[in-house]
Amino acid sequence: MSQSTTVSHTHSAPQFPARLGSWLKSAQYPLIGIVVLLALWWFGGWLIANNPDTQAFAAFAPGPTFEALGYLISSGSLWGTIGSSLYRILTGLFWGVVIGVPVGVVIGYFAQAMQVSNLPFQFLRMISPLAWMPIAVLAFETWDAAIIFLIVMASVWPIIFSTAHGVKRIDPNWFKVARNLGASGWQMLHRIIMPAIMMDVMAGIRLAVGVAWVVLVPAEYLGVTSGLGYAINDARDTLEYDTLAAVVIVIGVIGYGLDWVCARLLQRFNWHVE
Amino acid sequence: MGATITLDFITHRFRAGGAPTLENIDNRIEAGERVALIGRSGCGKSTLLHMLAGLLLPSEGCVRVNSHQVTKPSAKWNMMFQKPSLYPWMSVQENAALGLLFAGQPKQEASARVSELLDKVGLHDKKDVNVQSLSGGQQQRVALARSLATDPEVLLLDEPFSALDAFTRSALQEDVPAICGARGITMVIVTHDIDEAITMADRVLIMSQNPGRIVSELKVDLPWPRNSSSQEFQTLRNELMQRFRDTDDGLSGRKSQPEPAVRRVV
Ligand SMILES: Nc1ncnc2c1ncn2[C@@H]1O[C@H](COP(=O)(O)OP(=O)(O)OP(=O)(O)O)[C@@H](O)[C@H]1O
Ligand SMILES: [Mg+2]
Repeated sequence: MSQSTTVSHTHSAPQFPARLGSWLKSAQYPLIGIVVLLALWWFGGWLIANNPDTQAFAAFAPGPTFEALGYLISSGSLWGTIGSSLYRILTGLFWGVVIGVPVGVVIGYFAQAMQVSNLPFQFLRMISPLAWMPIAVLAFETWDAAIIFLIVMASVWPIIFSTAHGVKRIDPNWFKVARNLGASGWQMLHRIIMPAIMMDVMAGIRLAVGVAWVVLVPAEYLGVTSGLGYAINDARDTLEYDTLAAVVIVIGVIGYGLDWVCARLLQRFNWHVE
Repeated sequence: MGATITLDFITHRFRAGGAPTLENIDNRIEAGERVALIGRSGCGKSTLLHMLAGLLLPSEGCVRVNSHQVTKPSAKWNMMFQKPSLYPWMSVQENAALGLLFAGQPKQEASARVSELLDKVGLHDKKDVNVQSLSGGQQQRVALARSLATDPEVLLLDEPFSALDAFTRSALQEDVPAICGARGITMVIVTHDIDEAITMADRVLIMSQNPGRIVSELKVDLPWPRNSSSQEFQTLRNELMQRFRDTDDGLSGRKSQPEPAVRRVV
């Protein structure tokens, strides 16, 4: 019999300055990165402003950009723009998951399905989602639907391949033991397969979010009159370069945020113990 | 309660028309009996055990548990494998309760029952631990609790202790037949290890290879728990070794030669 000794954690409440200190310590390298980036940006803006040929674009510098960003936020016009883009990407991702996960499970589970689909899928995957634009415009009545279709085309492949990879990696004994314990088909899917592959599905979704977010902006250049891509195009047409740069910042920040959420979820579903 | 297992002239070919892996396996295992199946690697022991579990159907003949023909897996006849194959996203408790969950038993009841079993296999202080942080022996104990949780009539074991250290192994070799004896569970264990067979079984079946047959069987009439240093144990071990050699002699000739006679010592 093992006599396990429990180590009692008798920490007193962590002291606030100490916590802040450790947080600053862990944040120091990312902070250096951000400072370097801002410095380069500022230096580029300075070069542009001092060159007679490019002076017209001086509004790209950090100063005017953050001013414009402040205005976009305070005037409230930013939220509608972000909302439209988020609606499109989330709807597209939703369909990407709804289609990609079952397809991935099937081709991961049945070797023949994998063999049949491998070539066509690899072929389709390499086509830029934007190349579907003319077809999407013909096939869908609204621009919104067409853009969502492009997001689906961008996000479905990483989800399919990652899910299939996860299913293939399942220990065959897990199936055998579950069958032996009397699992029905539904229970096998719900209790064994899904938890086993959740990590891989999330990894696929994370990749999909990256691709979809990149595809969304150019897709919104076309047709629609809302969203971050439209905002960029609009700012260019009206020569509001500070607003344009502010929207670029917003795109980067939201993209980072989406990836951060995916990374957290991935961690949440990771059942490996280090 | 245990169940009687009838092996009714089982022949199995993995490829239709190919050489049989198992041939004319005909035996009867009484309710509550503990049987060891020994034979050389590749002779078809695992194949036969999978049939008892309903994980594989024989090409000819059938397996019956009581009078019920085994055609699919069931928690009533449960198998423990060489690897524990626990689910890493579940705690010890959840792993052990899985069969009950599949059977639709309410969580409360399942949890009470599983707690009791985990106590029995010596894991009472590990219930909420992640299974990946357990040792190999502890994992195999969880698998044992999982198999026992559904109250099986038959417990099938496919070399379940071969990856364990000597101390853990000998503890489980003593515990498992004792638990089966106390609950009247019919137990069939596949092993390479002659000592393990004598330590755990009431009866030992010896299989030949190509095709796999039961060529010989031996009753182990020793008091429990078995004492491997006793004179009787040694005698039985020698007898089993001798029969193993006889089996090999029978195999070194061509297949068309007369088969070795089936000797029954009761
Ligand atoms: N799914 C299968 N398809 C084809 N042949 C198989 C299959 N499973 C097992 N065999 C063959 O059947 C024979 C018996 O295999 P089995 O696994 O039952 O042997 P075993 O006695 O359990 O061996 P070991 O002691 O090494 O575990 C072997 O020759 C093996 O190659
Ligand atoms: Mg085997």
